[in-house]
Amino acid sequence: MEIVVAIGIGVLTTTGVYLLLRPRTFQVIIGLSLLTYAVNLFILAMGRLVVGGAPLLTEGADPGKFADPVPQSLVLTSIVISFSMTALFLVVLLAARGLTGTDHVDGDGMTT
Amino acid sequence: MTAAASYLPVLALLPFVVGMLVMFLPRHARNGAAALAGGTALAGVLITALLYPKVTDGAVLRQTWSWLPDIGLELTWRLDGLSWLFTLLVTGIGALVVLYARYYMAAEDPVPRFFSYLLAFMGSMLGLVLSGNLIQLLFFWELTSLLSFLLIGYWHHNENARDGARMALTVTGLGGFLLLVGVLIVGHVVGSFDIDAVIASRDVLMASPLVTPAILCLLAGAFAKSAQFPLHFWLPHAMAAPTPVSAYLHSATMVKAGIYLMMRLWPLMAGNDTWYYVVSLAGLVTFLLGGIAAAFQYDLKGILAYSTISHLGLITLLLGLSTPAAAVAAIFHTLNHATFKASLFMAAGVIDHETGTRDIRRLSGLLRHMPYTGTLAIVAAGAMGGVPLLNGFISKEMFLTETLAFHTGSLLDRLLPLIATLGSAFSVLYSVRFIHQVFFGPEATDLPRKPHEPVSWMRLPIELLVLICLVVGIIPNLSVGPLLRTAVVAVLGPEAPRFHLELWHGFTPAFMLSLVAMALGAGLYFALYRRLANREARDRPWAGRVRARRIFDGIMDGLFAGAGFITRLAGTVRLQPQLFLVVLAAVAAGAAPFAYHALTQAGAGLTLGNRPLTPISVPFVVVWAFGIASAAGAAILAKFHRLAALILTGGAGLAVCLTFVWLSAPDLAVTQLLVEIVTTVLLLLGLRWLPARVASKEDLERAKAAVVVRRGRDLVLALLAGGGMAALALAAMTRPPTGGIAQFFNANALEGGGGRNVVNVILVDFRGFDTMGEITVLAIVALTVFALLRRFRPAREVVGSTRQQRRQDAYDEARADREVGDTARDYLFVPRVVMHLLFPMITLLAIHLFMRGHDEPGGGFAAGVAMAIAFIIQYMARGTRWVEERLRVLPLIWIGLGLLLAAATGLGAWFFGRPFLTSAHGHVHVPLLGELSLASATLFDLGVFSLVIGATVIMLIALAHQSIRSARSGHSAEELEGATSAPGPERTPKLGGEAGGD
Repeated sequence: MEIVVAIGIGVLTTTGVYLLLRPRTFQVIIGLSLLTYAVNLFILAMGRLVVGGAPLLTEGADPGKFADPVPQSLVLTSIVISFSMTALFLVVLLAARGLTGTDHVDGDGMTT
Repeated sequence: MTAAASYLPVLALLPFVVGMLVMFLPRHARNGAAALAGGTALAGVLITALLYPKVTDGAVLRQTWSWLPDIGLELTWRLDGLSWLFTLLVTGIGALVVLYARYYMAAEDPVPRFFSYLLAFMGSMLGLVLSGNLIQLLFFWELTSLLSFLLIGYWHHNENARDGARMALTVTGLGGFLLLVGVLIVGHVVGSFDIDAVIASRDVLMASPLVTPAILCLLAGAFAKSAQFPLHFWLPHAMAAPTPVSAYLHSATMVKAGIYLMMRLWPLMAGNDTWYYVVSLAGLVTFLLGGIAAAFQYDLKGILAYSTISHLGLITLLLGLSTPAAAVAAIFHTLNHATFKASLFMAAGVIDHETGTRDIRRLSGLLRHMPYTGTLAIVAAGAMGGVPLLNGFISKEMFLTETLAFHTGSLLDRLLPLIATLGSAFSVLYSVRFIHQVFFGPEATDLPRKPHEPVSWMRLPIELLVLICLVVGIIPNLSVGPLLRTAVVAVLGPEAPRFHLELWHGFTPAFMLSLVAMALGAGLYFALYRRLANREARDRPWAGRVRARRIFDGIMDGLFAGAGFITRLAGTVRLQPQLFLVVLAAVAAGAAPFAYHALTQAGAGLTLGNRPLTPISVPFVVVWAFGIASAAGAAILAKFHRLAALILTGGAGLAVCLTFVWLSAPDLAVTQLLVEIVTTVLLLLGLRWLPARVASKEDLERAKAAVVVRRGRDLVLALLAGGGMAALALAAMTRPPTGGIAQFFNANALEGGGGRNVVNVILVDFRGFDTMGEITVLAIVALTVFALLRRFRPAREVVGSTRQQRRQDAYDEARADREVGDTARDYLFVPRVVMHLLFPMITLLAIHLFMRGHDEPGGGFAAGVAMAIAFIIQYMARGTRWVEERLRVLPLIWIGLGLLLAAATGLGAWFFGRPFLTSAHGHVHVPLLGELSLASATLFDLGVFSLVIGATVIMLIALAHQSIRSARSGHSAEELEGATSAPGPERTPKLGGEAGGD
């Protein structure tokens, strides 16, 4: 499992970073989304992988077998913030497209 | 003693408070603003007068407030004889300037702003002289620079005002910086910033090798502020300020701040060789050059400005001489100069106001038209020139006496009487010129206005100041003697020399020099008269092309050019290289420790740990095979196939979401899934406004070599970043957990937070403050999105109907039995009904998620997003117009309520004497529902819920609303407001008022 998660993080980071460096605004916004997934998974992985140990204090649950709740709460915050970032970037992207007439990140027609 | 001392901070801070109030007065409230400002200044005078008995005979009032005790900083308010004298000057002349300004400022000027700045300046100046701590003094020092910038630039439509303000700020700001360095050196050497402690440590400082740099830095600050050569050039340009400002700042108070500092530090530094040479020489040069320059100015305020520079030089010179008697003369002349110069500036302002010009070559014979003001100005100018029976005469004679006294026997010392007499002669020259050319001579012929006397209230400040000049000049010992004595003792200590102020000392050498200076000055004036009255003459005959202004501008241009060059050389405005460098730096920073480790300890780089791996599961591998393929597909298609890329991104997100479920993070899975939905809807709405990118011929042809190289380079970096992240994650995951703080949260969640869902308890309780910040960010983003969309101009290609709509409409038009819009209305009819019916169910789900959040996966955030989805589904099902006709969502209110509720819950803890956001909880039994856990954190979570609904909904519907907006372009902004703001009569103007863009 660890290897699968690591590969997943690796691929999401690679595709995210590659898109982040592209010249079209939509590529960048998709890249940011993918990079966010990667980072969230990475943070969760820092709490190690635990199967069947959701940190819920139900009767008879053993906190010793819980997944670490701290990275989880950090990721929850991260999800919210990246959602706001995506929304803001989307609106800026649309406004820039309307104002400059191009979807290049620098607002000009250079192609790559 | 302490009761009196507690007035000191009041004295300094009251003007700031009143200044704030004045700022909010309506634009034309001249009388109200002036009354408040004048009342504050008079209150200051009164407090100062009442405090006088507390500071006589070297007594000191102190009030200390703890500020940053950990690093030994205190706010100390301190009043002694010297600062008392300056306090009186600042408040007294301040009150007169306020009265004068009330009549000077035009009705169309935004006067409350003026008085507000003036009051804040008064407060800064008072804070400066009342500071008992050098850091605190520096703080107020910088404030005076900033406010002087605002006051000089008050008429900001005038280019000269802007330039003058900028120059003053640059020079005094630079001086302030050097002063800071000097203060830090002194504090480092002495070990304290307290003024009393510093002055008591003179021997320590003098023995230190840092004494010379400390003195030079402190003096640079003082010289910049008090316009001493070579930092004098900003003062004449500051004359672009309104005349009351010139009268207040640039004659009586701000320029005296540097003088005050030198007097304050006089006991610390006087007598040191560096001090003696630097201060005396700077003072001497300034005194002489200022006098000469003043003689040739033809702007009334220019004459006064250079004369101020010259007189400040005189005071500086006296301080540099380092003898107690010279210090007495310096303090005395400071007082006298403030009175006669402030009155002269005011008189110049009156002349400007009533004739429309300040050009001395156009003015003539004004005494006929304004006999009263003219007489006052003549007396004040007499004081400036040092005429007997006026205050300027007495201090100037003290000055000449000091120059004659033997100090060090150096060449400078021997030449001093000669140069002093020459400087005084120029002082006489420009005073005579001021009197003769303005008030005597033939009637002026080409004045812009017909001159007449000003209103009597405008003259009153001048009358009072001139009266002081006369009283001090005739009975000095009775009037000003005791005050001067008090100030002198504060500087020189109890062994200060006894002095006796007298009008007539007999035929002393100093009196002879005074007579010589007067004769010389008058003689020079009449010798140069033809030149001085000539309208074609330049204002600075000998300076030629060497002008401080030119040098200053050259330096500034050079700085800007240099900065621009470096920016062009090392910076870029392009996003791609910037991001490339950011990622590269991140990768390098991540790799550096491992590389270092591998180099220093052979073999110990990035290795796997020994924690047993979790058994692999085939479905999980399948999920990730799917996720990886989706991510790769999204990366490839994002350029030309946006919809496909968006869907594939969702696929990758789903893989992440399933991973959360698998790996015991149900909260994350729920939230991720809901956010995934909202993000996708949002991007879909956005795609409507993003014209499709069709692969052009060039795109399809073989890409250029440079492009291939760039893509290859980016791919290599991306692979490095991805490989690094994977390796790092694997290395961490294969090692046993380090413990951390998880145990604490698991152990305390139920007892301390009253919840079973540890993650939720962390979010709304243990780390509630973070969540508070997070929802605030969300609210700000939502408002920003809303604001950006209000003025949204979509790309031209996508305005109007979409291709699908056009096709549907064309189909309707082609058939006789259908009306245009029928197809669109019935499109996807069944799913629409289903979606319509989903509203109550999703609402129920949201409530459920919220209610169980504290104990089971869910919580306010997930619930809020779910609720927002319920709304946006209605938009999708029935169209924007249909929903907005029936549903008023009021997201702004949701946002505001949510933020308020969260903050109020946090503040509620204060009422129980606990820190912000401390929680309380309990369980109550509710019929039918059973045991319910109630925690104050639930209220907080309710705030989160409300805010998230509002923020998410406003983003979604603001974007969804665009489809109506661009269809009908006229009243779009109001409509958007209608959809999002409160109902009622105030609805339309409430959110901004201006009619919408297009």
